Amino acid sequence: MSVSRRKFLKFLTAAGAGTAAATVGGKKALAQHKHYEGYPGAYGVLHDTTLCVGCRSCEAACNEVNKQPKPDVPFDDLTVLDKKRRTKTNVFTVVNKYEVPGYGPVFRKQQCHHCQEPACASACFVNAFTKTPEGAVIYNPNVCVGCRYCLLACPWSMPAYAYDSAFDPVVVRCTMCHPRLKKGLKPGCVEACPMEALTFGTREDLLKIARERIKKHPDRYIDHIYGENELGGTNWLFLSGVSFDDINLPMNVPHHAPSDLTGGALAVVPAVVGAWPVLLTGVYAINKRKEKIAAKEQKEAVAKAIAETEGKGDEKLKQELEKAQKRAEAETAKAVKKAVAEAEAKFKEEAKESV
Amino acid sequence: MAVANPTQQNTIFTPFNIVAAIIIAVGLVLTVMRFGLGLGAVTNLDSNNPWGLWIGFDLLTGVALAAGGYTTSAGVYIFGMKKYHSAVRPAILTGFLGYALVPIALLYDVGRPWRLPYPFVIQAGPTSIMFEVAACVALYLTVLFLEFSPAPLEWLGFKKLRNIIVKLTMVLTIFGVILSTLHQSSLGAMYLIAPTKLHPLWYSPYLPLYFFISSIAAGLSMVMFEGALSHHFYKDRIDAHHHSEFDEVTLGFAKAASWVLAGYFALKVIGIALDNEWHLLNTPYGHLFLVELLGFVALPSFLYAIGRREKNLTLIRFTALITVLGIVFNRLNVSLIAFNYNLPADERYFPHWMEIATTLFLITAGVLAFKFIVTHMPIFYDHPDYKDQH
Repeated sequence: MSVSRRKFLKFLTAAGAGTAAATVGGKKALAQHKHYEGYPGAYGVLHDTTLCVGCRSCEAACNEVNKQPKPDVPFDDLTVLDKKRRTKTNVFTVVNKYEVPGYGPVFRKQQCHHCQEPACASACFVNAFTKTPEGAVIYNPNVCVGCRYCLLACPWSMPAYAYDSAFDPVVVRCTMCHPRLKKGLKPGCVEACPMEALTFGTREDLLKIARERIKKHPDRYIDHIYGENELGGTNWLFLSGVSFDDINLPMNVPHHAPSDLTGGALAVVPAVVGAWPVLLTGVYAINKRKEKIAAKEQKEAVAKAIAETEGKGDEKLKQELEKAQKRAEAETAKAVKKAVAEAEAKFKEEAKESV
Repeated sequence: MAVANPTQQNTIFTPFNIVAAIIIAVGLVLTVMRFGLGLGAVTNLDSNNPWGLWIGFDLLTGVALAAGGYTTSAGVYIFGMKKYHSAVRPAILTGFLGYALVPIALLYDVGRPWRLPYPFVIQAGPTSIMFEVAACVALYLTVLFLEFSPAPLEWLGFKKLRNIIVKLTMVLTIFGVILSTLHQSSLGAMYLIAPTKLHPLWYSPYLPLYFFISSIAAGLSMVMFEGALSHHFYKDRIDAHHHSEFDEVTLGFAKAASWVLAGYFALKVIGIALDNEWHLLNTPYGHLFLVELLGFVALPSFLYAIGRREKNLTLIRFTALITVLGIVFNRLNVSLIAFNYNLPADERYFPHWMEIATTLFLITAGVLAFKFIVTHMPIFYDHPDYKDQH
């Protein structure tokens, strides 16, 4: 069973929906699971942090190529490395210095990782992000609503938002110099790097180069290419001599595409839309019928009780009548008897007197 | 008809009105600043912390607390608990106002509010959980508006239209339950995409389910809590029938809420067990999690049960308050407190006072709308023309 299917079923079972719904969503979840290998021949960059010296040439080149305003502190001032920095709306890339105990300083350049299946694109409800066949992820400011869900979704928090703009706020991130790629040029930062810490090429080639380096220098690198599997694979890849957690590249990023995280929940939508009306009207109908039956039973019971009372009443009346009749008869008989006796007594008296 | 005239107040300068007026005035100034100068001028949001109080409280919490509308109407119209009928209108009203707060809060929060309809009219991104959220909010707000509309229609005397809408009650209720199921759960599902940013004790594949189940407890508790307040402050707007039914409503809802919270508690424990996160419980975030789970889920479940058994209305109302606060706590934990837990302290978010003031402004506007509606429309009493139509 695939991860997403399992997750979906877990969710659905818990939600208490039926088997029919599980089939519907299950297929969808299965379809989503098909692993996406990325566009064939898509470009990427391999950043070998063991070669980086933190000279900030890449930052300067990026600033130049993207026609950003010059910063207050010039690019050859390396004191800025003492403070942790991040990408901003006018700074598409920064190099940070990480002091690793027992190893020394490590310099790591940060910018958009250009995921094969970007979390930002998955999260965007107006589909403002596009993964281009060249490998770059690009953004369309003309549809962006500014909900900033892409900032939340990105595991590396690379997109920056123009909070200071009231009427024209945009999401800004490295474009891998997509316009230059189209012209057959390398990204600005790669061209500027004096240490060959940045290597440009197709993702397939870069992975081969990275594996080769690890194999040749097992003492120099840890045995992991960051970005080979992270979030289903990224076009920007990293090599390091220290744990990636130490250079702010979290190792707990899932090794599957973001759609695997949300696909199950989305697959529940048709299940709920399909199943709920049936279940709810069913419950309603059952209750309605219960009420109807209860009302009917009540009516019948009342009718029966009335009939019974009436029947009993008749019987009683009859008995009473009979009783009354008997009583009347008895009384009449008694009265007759009495009258007869009186008459007899009178007759005897008269007979006595006449003697 | 036992409806007295609303109490005539000699002055409009009551303490409530003065405080409300100040909040509204500040809110209007902040509104001008927000739309004139941008988000940066009034918020502490940054690129690491894209969502702040307006999403965490106004949206996530507001929607959860507005769940009374669908829970009550489903109970009465679908599950046949007709004895709670008098609770429907107040619950629908609270739900409607709570949901109305969502698009208004979003107007403040999104960078280009005039583009809010874009996902439906310009370009759709249906892979986004946000798309589901947006679609459900838009549809459910419409449903709630229709469910609520008989009250203003009775007030304004549009009999024909009112009768047509009342005939649609069943359909609207079922739509409401579908949309609420999807919408409440999708608010939790929005965080599924950020497993590295949300603390593992709160992150779970069950998040959508947690949000849905807890919204039922929140909705029931809000009906009890808000009802208790209304029966205190609007004695003169409540007829004898609504009054006599309310204690019954409270007892019945307390029982339901106790069970729902017990189920929610069990699910949360199962979530921890499934991901085997027991070792995290004895960390600072673990303690926070335990406070939420034991103090704001297990405890109210227990207190509701006792309150129901002993018919202790005061205890039940107190428990309703605990549950409501617990939901606020949970939503803020997911969206703000346990979110970005691995960032150093100086990169964490804390709301700017202007964000808090804007939230207060929106809540105050909601309370004023509630006040206006219950004093003018048949919410706590039956309109004389439709007294016997239930």
